[in-house]
Amino acid sequence: MGDWMTVTDPGLSSESKTISQHTSETKMSPSSLYSQQVLCSSIPLSKNVHSFFSAFCTEDNIEQSISYLDQELTTFGFPSLYEESKGKETKRELNIVAVLNCMNELLVLQRKNLLAQENVETQNLKLGSDMDHLQSCYSKLKEQLETSRREMIGLQERDRQLQCKNRNLHQLLKNEKDEVQKLQNIIASRATQYNHDMKRKEREYNKLKERLHQLVMNKKDKKIAMDILNYVGRADGKRGSWRTGKTEARNEDEMYKILLNDYEYRQKQILMENAELKKVLQQMKKEMISLLSPQKKKPRERVDDSTGTVISDVEEDAGELSRESMWDLSCETVREQLTNSIRKQWRILKSHVEKLDNQVSKVHLEGFNDEDVISRQDHEQETEKLELEIQQCKEMIKTQQQLLQQQLATACDDDTTSLLRDCYLLEEKERLKEEWSLFKEQKKNFERERRSFTEAAIRLGLERKAFEEERASWLKQQFLNMTTFDHQNSENVKLFSAFSGSSDWDNLTVHSRQPQKKPHSMSNGSPVCMSKLTKSLPASPSTSDFCQTRSCMSEHSSINVLNITPEDIKPNQVGGECTNQKWSVASRPGSQEGCYSGCSLTYTNSHVEKDDLP
Amino acid sequence: MNFSEVFKLSGLLCKFSPDGKYLASCVQYRLVVRDVNTLQIVQLYTCLDQIQHIEWSADSLFILCAMYKRGLVQVWSLEQPEWHCKIDEGSAGLVASCWSPDGRHILNTTEFHLRITVWSLCTKSVSYIKYPKACLQGTTFTRDGRYMALAERRDCKDYVSIFVCSDWQLLRHFDTDTQDLTGIEWAPNGCVLAVWDTCLEYKVLLYSLDGRLLSAYSAYEWSLGIKSVAWSPSSQFLAVGSYDGKVRILNHVTWKMITEFEHPVAINNPKIVVYKEAEKSPQLGLGCLSFPPPRAGAGPLPTSESKYEIASVPVSLQTLKPVTDRANPKIGIGMLAFSPDSYFLATRNDNVPNAVWVWDIQKLRLFAVLEQLSPVRTFQWDPKQPRLAICTGGSRVYLWSPAGCLSVQVPGEGDFAVLSLCWHLSGDSIALLSKDHFCLCFLETEAAVGTACRQLGGHM
Repeated sequence: MGDWMTVTDPGLSSESKTISQHTSETKMSPSSLYSQQVLCSSIPLSKNVHSFFSAFCTEDNIEQSISYLDQELTTFGFPSLYEESKGKETKRELNIVAVLNCMNELLVLQRKNLLAQENVETQNLKLGSDMDHLQSCYSKLKEQLETSRREMIGLQERDRQLQCKNRNLHQLLKNEKDEVQKLQNIIASRATQYNHDMKRKEREYNKLKERLHQLVMNKKDKKIAMDILNYVGRADGKRGSWRTGKTEARNEDEMYKILLNDYEYRQKQILMENAELKKVLQQMKKEMISLLSPQKKKPRERVDDSTGTVISDVEEDAGELSRESMWDLSCETVREQLTNSIRKQWRILKSHVEKLDNQVSKVHLEGFNDEDVISRQDHEQETEKLELEIQQCKEMIKTQQQLLQQQLATACDDDTTSLLRDCYLLEEKERLKEEWSLFKEQKKNFERERRSFTEAAIRLGLERKAFEEERASWLKQQFLNMTTFDHQNSENVKLFSAFSGSSDWDNLTVHSRQPQKKPHSMSNGSPVCMSKLTKSLPASPSTSDFCQTRSCMSEHSSINVLNITPEDIKPNQVGGECTNQKWSVASRPGSQEGCYSGCSLTYTNSHVEKDDLP
Repeated sequence: MNFSEVFKLSGLLCKFSPDGKYLASCVQYRLVVRDVNTLQIVQLYTCLDQIQHIEWSADSLFILCAMYKRGLVQVWSLEQPEWHCKIDEGSAGLVASCWSPDGRHILNTTEFHLRITVWSLCTKSVSYIKYPKACLQGTTFTRDGRYMALAERRDCKDYVSIFVCSDWQLLRHFDTDTQDLTGIEWAPNGCVLAVWDTCLEYKVLLYSLDGRLLSAYSAYEWSLGIKSVAWSPSSQFLAVGSYDGKVRILNHVTWKMITEFEHPVAINNPKIVVYKEAEKSPQLGLGCLSFPPPRAGAGPLPTSESKYEIASVPVSLQTLKPVTDRANPKIGIGMLAFSPDSYFLATRNDNVPNAVWVWDIQKLRLFAVLEQLSPVRTFQWDPKQPRLAICTGGSRVYLWSPAGCLSVQVPGEGDFAVLSLCWHLSGDSIALLSKDHFCLCFLETEAAVGTACRQLGGHM
């Protein structure tokens, strides 16, 4: 006790806490640790007891103390510390067992209390931290509120200022507008002034001009003259004619003729243009009809019909007139129908185009959002295709196997047909070879496709692996069958060739492993039996002698270490290397090492099948 | 491309005859007529004074030489060199003289625009037209030569008179709703007359031959208005260039605006090709310093070379800050010309004087911009194909076609500053005029154009 006291500082309440924590952790430990636990838990108790003893119990008052304790305990509902009294007179004997029990119970209670206290403390702490957090949150929010309030005030102030500015600007604008108006007025008045002045000046100028004219002309300026050698003929060879009313009328006529010609020319041009446009229109219409009618037959039919009727109406109206002449009709007669039909068709086209646009945009959106989705879809499709092909190949292999089995079976029970069978076999072999080559080719194709769709292939990997395994097994079967025409074996092969998936697998493994497995499962009461079955191919097929150990650990029974040396599954080696397989089963009873080395058992069907062999 | 030898010239007076056979040019008071092909002098006439204006008659038989200072017009006949005719306007003076389209009448405008005298070469008759308006373009003849429109001003109002050219009879006389009419122009088909108002007011009026007002168009108010007007050869479009730096295209059906060509200083559209004339500084200056010395005596003495480079957009063109408080500010579209096939329109914005804009009329958009090193003086379309000749007053002539651009140095000693140019009607040659000289520039024929274009491509 004194030792304990020196080690532990009584002042440190936290230590007791940690210790109690320790005890609580070790609570679930097996009873072998119980004594130690008790020791641990007795630390706080002991120091309490020690201090208590120094005050409470002395050499003199043991009896009283005991009785006091008994009283106290009984009041708390504990059984009495004294033995059942046989008689009144007899001094009650202290029941050590009861004392110990009480003590134990007290200790348990103490421990519970400590636990509860600790819980409460942690909860208290948690709550305290929560409180702190909330308080900090609160203060933060308060701050935020304050800042936002300040911000709001600032914004309001700014808003007010801006409004003020705006008002000022408005005022300025108004002023400017007024200014502009004023300036415009000034300009206008100046313009009128200027015009007025100009007019006046011009009048003066005209007057002067008139006078000048008179002066110049009236002077009978001798100088104004033409000195010409001889008069030349007119350019058109005609003689000049007198100006008469006739010529005037003729001039008028000519002028109007020219104008008319011009207008006619322009009309012609416009007509030509119109014809061109009509042609284009017609063509467009045709194309629109042809474009719109074939697609969306059902929903569009009605609309198309209506436009069609319009067109046919027009055509009927045109009646006997040929198509061209119909188009040459002045617009007024055809215009309304034309415009209506065009409008309708245009509407259809527009809606159609809009729809298309929507689709396109949708596709675009999808495409833009996750482009790899499309590729993934593609890959998925491709994987599906590949899976289908695998399935087909599987089926093919199955049929081949079945055929082989049948032949083998018949060969076993009938020797007379062996000759026949042989030739059959040869034939079969040939066929198989052919099929094999085909299969190889397909496999090559697979490989190519796999390369191009790596992503799909990655996902396919597992299946491919399985498939390859199956293929390998089948190959081995085939070769085995070829080497040893064992009846039993052939039966086994038959079983395996069923290719019926994992459930069969398990059944088979269980079935074939029963003789070995049974003792384990029977003897293990509550074993920590880890049997992990992992199907895996060796990374490199050439390393034939690698060993995988599988250890099963159980507390009570022996540990069987299964040393399995799986033979290489490479078909050309399998045949001869049957002897390579070693199954070493060692049982070490009473070994308490209890170590479990996580080794995986390589369990191919060949192993299982070989279970029976040694 | 070949160049003729250089001939003397004065007053930029050099004109091809309308039939394309002859070339008339003036040297002081002498009129020289040459054969276009041989450039031999066909006729030489001597006038009474320095010639200020010459004009071929429409039939290429007569040439009119006006000496405004003396109020004199002398007419020469190509067929009869001894034939002569002298018209003296006397004290009334002379400011303008022109042929009537029949080539037998001469219209002389007296000083102060008092009247227009119509002299006939066939008869003694003289007609007077009073009150002609003193304006930029007051008379215009229809292309077929049948009618003349004349702007008049009476009692502070504008009028337009339409005369029949054959007998000078007044066909129509109507007042126009203009403040101060500035110009009139017949459409090439001779049926529509465009009338535009003074630059103070944006107003275009369109009159039919019979005097009806077809339409009036005004783009905006209170600002300087129209600066230049041009009809498309097809009479379909009327391009109106204005002081706001825009060209507005009106159509001939509704007479409404189809489109507005802004002349942006910054060109951002990568579809538009911007040709930028780049001057290669003469190799001499740098050549002395350049490390591998240039080949000695290789070729003629190089003057500064220029070539076109395709500028990569965005390009911003050089602009002139106009003095706005003076009259006739250098802003707005001062020059407009349609190509003969009406497919292109070339314009010059006067406050971007170095640039020529070429617009595609079919697509109604800017097609190309040429930025020269010096202000563009004048440009003229080839009468046969969409090919634009430009001169800038330098010693080079520039050609643009949809295939590319070309800058050609005019050979000869001394600087031949090309101030003006005019195409021969065949489009085979251009007369290049400088202050004192002229020469002919012969272009490749049609067949060679393709290769030339390719060369231009390389040259660019």
